[in-house]
Amino acid sequence: MKEKPFHHRGEIFELKAELNSDKKDKKKEAVKKVIASMTVGKDVSSLFPDVINCMQTENLELKKLVYLYLMNYAKTQPDMAILAVNTFVKDCEDPNPLIRALAVRTMGCIRVDKITEYLCEPLRKCLKDEDPYVRKTAAVCVAKLHDINSQLVEDQGFLESLREILSDSNPMVVANAVASLSEIHKTSPNPTGVFDMNSGTVNKLLTALNECTEWGQIFILDAIAEYQPVSDREAQSIVERVTPRLSHANAAVVLSAVKVLMQMMEIIKNDQIIDQLSRKLAPTLVTLLSSEPEIQYVSLRNINLIVQKRPEILRNEIKAFFVKYNDPIYVKLEKLDIMIRLSTSSNIAQVLAELKEYATEVDVDFVRKSVRAIGRCAIKVEQAAEKCVSTLIDLIQTKVNYVVQEAVVVIRDIFRKYPNKYESIISTLCENLDSLDEPDAKASMIWIVGEYAERIDNADELLQSFLDGFHDETTQVQLQLLTAIVKLFLKRPADTQDLVQSVLSLVTQESDNPDLRDRGYIYWRLLSTDPAAAKEVVLAEKPLIAEETDLLEPTLLDELMCHISTLASVYHKPPSSFVEGNSPIRKLPIPRESTTSSDNTDAAENQVQTQQQPAAAAPAQPTVISTPQESAVAMDLLGDLASFDSTPSTTANDMYAPNVQPAGSSVIDLLSGTLDSLQMGGNTAGNQSGGLSSLSDMFSTGTSTFSEPKVVWLSAAQGKGLEISGTFSLRQNVVHMDMTFTNNAMQAMGGFAIQFNKNSFGLVPAAQLEVRSPLPPRQSADSSLQLKPLGAILKMDPLNKLQIAIKNSIDVFYFDVLIPYHVLFVEDGKLESREFLTQWKEIPNNSERSFDINNVPASSDAIENKLKMSNVFTVAKRNVDGQNMHYMSLKFTNNILVLAELKIQSGNPTLKLALKSSIAEVLPGVYQAFELILHS
Amino acid sequence: MSISSIYFLDLKGKVVLISRNYRGEVHSHAIDKFLPLVLENEDEGNLSPIIVSNGVTFMYIKHNNVYMVASTKKNANVALVFVFLHKLQTLLLEYFKELEEESIRDNFIVVYELLDELVDFGYPQVTEGKVLKEYITQETHKLEIAPKLPMAVTNAVSWRNENIKYRKNEVFLDVIESVNILVNSNGNVVQSEIVGSVKMKVHLTGMPELRLGLNDKVLFENTGRTRSKAVDLEDVKFHQCVRLSRFENDRTISFIPPDGEFELMSYRLSTQIKPLVWIEAVIERHSHSRVEYMIKARSQFKRRSTANNVIIRVPVPPDADSPKFKANVGAVRYAPEKNEILWSIKSFPGGKEFLMRAHFGLPSIEGEEADRRPPIRVEFEIPYFTTSGIQVRYLKIVEKGGYQALPWVRYITKNGDYQVRTS
Repeated sequence: MKEKPFHHRGEIFELKAELNSDKKDKKKEAVKKVIASMTVGKDVSSLFPDVINCMQTENLELKKLVYLYLMNYAKTQPDMAILAVNTFVKDCEDPNPLIRALAVRTMGCIRVDKITEYLCEPLRKCLKDEDPYVRKTAAVCVAKLHDINSQLVEDQGFLESLREILSDSNPMVVANAVASLSEIHKTSPNPTGVFDMNSGTVNKLLTALNECTEWGQIFILDAIAEYQPVSDREAQSIVERVTPRLSHANAAVVLSAVKVLMQMMEIIKNDQIIDQLSRKLAPTLVTLLSSEPEIQYVSLRNINLIVQKRPEILRNEIKAFFVKYNDPIYVKLEKLDIMIRLSTSSNIAQVLAELKEYATEVDVDFVRKSVRAIGRCAIKVEQAAEKCVSTLIDLIQTKVNYVVQEAVVVIRDIFRKYPNKYESIISTLCENLDSLDEPDAKASMIWIVGEYAERIDNADELLQSFLDGFHDETTQVQLQLLTAIVKLFLKRPADTQDLVQSVLSLVTQESDNPDLRDRGYIYWRLLSTDPAAAKEVVLAEKPLIAEETDLLEPTLLDELMCHISTLASVYHKPPSSFVEGNSPIRKLPIPRESTTSSDNTDAAENQVQTQQQPAAAAPAQPTVISTPQESAVAMDLLGDLASFDSTPSTTANDMYAPNVQPAGSSVIDLLSGTLDSLQMGGNTAGNQSGGLSSLSDMFSTGTSTFSEPKVVWLSAAQGKGLEISGTFSLRQNVVHMDMTFTNNAMQAMGGFAIQFNKNSFGLVPAAQLEVRSPLPPRQSADSSLQLKPLGAILKMDPLNKLQIAIKNSIDVFYFDVLIPYHVLFVEDGKLESREFLTQWKEIPNNSERSFDINNVPASSDAIENKLKMSNVFTVAKRNVDGQNMHYMSLKFTNNILVLAELKIQSGNPTLKLALKSSIAEVLPGVYQAFELILHS
Repeated sequence: MSISSIYFLDLKGKVVLISRNYRGEVHSHAIDKFLPLVLENEDEGNLSPIIVSNGVTFMYIKHNNVYMVASTKKNANVALVFVFLHKLQTLLLEYFKELEEESIRDNFIVVYELLDELVDFGYPQVTEGKVLKEYITQETHKLEIAPKLPMAVTNAVSWRNENIKYRKNEVFLDVIESVNILVNSNGNVVQSEIVGSVKMKVHLTGMPELRLGLNDKVLFENTGRTRSKAVDLEDVKFHQCVRLSRFENDRTISFIPPDGEFELMSYRLSTQIKPLVWIEAVIERHSHSRVEYMIKARSQFKRRSTANNVIIRVPVPPDADSPKFKANVGAVRYAPEKNEILWSIKSFPGGKEFLMRAHFGLPSIEGEEADRRPPIRVEFEIPYFTTSGIQVRYLKIVEKGGYQALPWVRYITKNGDYQVRTS
């Protein structure tokens, strides 16, 4: 394929002539030339009809070339592509299985609707072909077709055919059917039942496992990894049959087997078996490090997860992770990470010797990470801390700029972990002050100076020298410097007043940064109003930093264990965060709404999709070490401020709930007098005592019915760290769902969206779910969602069950809640007395239910008022034989009318209630609502 | 969920040599982003075999001047993708003898055909070169009749064709042990490990059934032969032809071999081993003027054995000049392009010690860059000897033709990653 002088139009013309030649050889050469042009990116689509004409040939090579051309250009010329259909259909009947398979394979790759229609019949035949080569190709073709038109696949019954050939005699066919079904299960709009596995199927798959190709083994193992065995015994038998795969030469087979085994270990209770399995896994994982560097990298990322999940497996294998000089950088960095995870007091000496060796290499990133690793070892293994510190000091003596800076940062963390233990080295650190030019290192050094100001004679001079270049520093350094100088002032007030004055006026008057300014003001006021309190706040004892700072959150870790050997395990992120289109969880299938139901469900779905867009953005290379830098900054005061900031929004919501939590904290007391000048949330101060009533005036009180306190709907354990509690209420005649989202995970979450399943009252969200996003760890946010009764209706059991799906950046969560009936009673439920009578007569007596309500001591007027507050209206009342008879009416959001007769006997706390409605199913619920309202 | 498309790119990345889009979900222009990102990462020193751009993940390997890239938009099985890319590389080498820009360009038709047959909708299918060559060849124009599908494509034995015939039935077994060792500058062995490999060359008629017997410690213990000398294999990996469940059950290695050359198994032992070639280095560096090396090499294996083609690679600073060498055995050469001295000794008998001295001048002005201190590396081959003591006890060959076949066994120990750190 030599580059020829390029005269495009002339060339096309020439090719056209050759393609229409009578000579077979010339034709074939011409098609080859066309493909060559196509390969180098020239547009040869204008030759479409001429190439199609060559399709009917006995020559397999020529046929393949034409097919290749078709796959490339069919989409651009769908009308012409239809010309090829006949040949395809004919080829699917060819005596040569190679050609039959080729035809069905290619047809599936042509994503043109008109062609797809013709594919069904040939595909059906090919699925039952006598030759396994054709059947295995057809099995994959079903997945292709599903990708183009899922409805067609379901309607034509191809899914059943696929499930049938799971029992095919040929293992390759079985493997491809498994691959196909797994994929369809993950992408189908209604995955229920697509690929439900039971012990029977798993057994079949395990049998095929021994006989199929290495790739087929991977498809099967990946499918089995998603299966949840019903018993300990079954898990053990799966383990027994999968374990031999650990000896396969193909690393991908090994990793998929590891995935299955790790899953089964979660179920098996027998410690002895777990122990045996761990001992088998160790050498296997180590051997993966002898494979090609790219595979080593994938393995190391996975081992990183396995070590977090089951540290005991590789306990004694740390040497395997020692870095080799010629390892690629990405392997080196991963090995370092695992070395630290596996370091213990017994091997720390060796580890430290290695790390010291690495820290003298030339690759800057690697050296930095090695220095950081030494710091992490110090924090993790207390016995080694001293040795680590002296190693770091040795490294600082090398005066290599980036080594020094990195060392300063980790020494800061060591000081945090072991306060008042290693200050002797401060003088060495101070010697290197001038060489620091990175914000991290500078901020760390300043923190150290501030923290140990009383022991550094010239602390004021040092900080002064930093202050001279204040404007050129990053915010991180400026904030740190501000805090450090205030600390110094509190420790040595006599001679540092000028310094603190100048820093405070610098940050409050000359800085554009609101964080910096606010912090400056707070310090200033603290210092001027109550120096003792200032001391307590600024010099407060800090919480110790954790040993392992970069452990994955357990729920995320568990999820990633299901994805061993996939991209998710390399990114250490759930697939939903980088894959478009949601994949349902096999273990929790819920019926989804069909898109045709109504406008607002569409809106909800759109919303879910749009929310996914930002999440689908490219996952960046994950940062492997997260040093606790933030904590050093935040611990002083900012943490308090953050929660303080959010109070205005929470109090606004709190007023709806009867139990307003007193928002008082010492910080507010301390600052409340001066806050107005800072213009921070004007309504925070007042609402502790008498503020409630005045605030509620802002919203007309009469229109909201009472609501129960929030209860937990989704626990943090089920929600992978997300906890949702909530309640329902009726305000301004609109049903509200009031929720509190609490992030108990270790990472921020965002991208919240909500969707309901069809329900008895047709409730759907009337607006988008608005939750503060991202929601940082350990924070809560309140959200109130308006609902409207305009959605599709599906009778639930019990009637008031609502199935909710909440999505965030981590996953989708499903849970059920019960809607209290009384929030569904609307304002205009009051009937005229005549109407009441007619209705009462019209409803047959068998739709009447009677109930007793006990323990209601209140008077009949109080009862009437209470019920009225909840939109149960008294139409008429009369007094018969000392009994008060109340005739009442109420209406549901979906216009179901309920009539009631309530007998109240003065002195008797038991009420008699008779309810009537044309839809009698709601009556027990209405009775519940009466109980609830009257006992509230 | 697997490969979306495969690309072959040249080093400049401007031209896509050949590509195949299996699933149509990754846009054809997406690949344009690939090489700039690779180069950017290289510049920033965070090279990674996985690159993400706009929701598309690229996974790649590099061979000579060709990038082989797979892309996906899904949560693909990335281990499978990389193993497949390496298989693809092996396969193309089998087909074209070499793999580079030219060989891809010249054989684009075959590459297209292979890509069509190897993977379907992103799922790898048949990747055995021997079997594929039966129906995808470079010389189809010479074939008069249409190629037929070999049975092996869908057989349980997917790696061997039927109807293979040899006049002389022979099997060659090579047991090759590579020694990985890492020695610290103070002479301590930090890490040592043996990676063994049993390679076979099979010239056998029909569908022979083979059984290989080793002095495997677990097997001996199972059968009560505790007195014989046995080797404790820490981890064993087998070619897909070996029946893994059978091995798991009773440690029998039984298989129907592919035809020709292949690696039957590999094993690993991470026992403490005495370095076979011991290196002591004294490096005296007088900055701004000169650097002197004194390298002592000692063979620490039995006198009966001899190491062949020993090469000791000693790194030197990149700015060193005017080399001078003296060695009592072998030849010394300075390779400035690699910044190292090569001391080669053709034959190094056991229990001997040799010495080499080298002297370099250094420029009076020093560069700003920190010095690399690469380790000294050693290459060698010791025939008729295994470090682990592994032995082939028997190789039984059963075929319904009932012919006699001769097994030939060879043992070699050689260097793997054999590194000595310098101070």
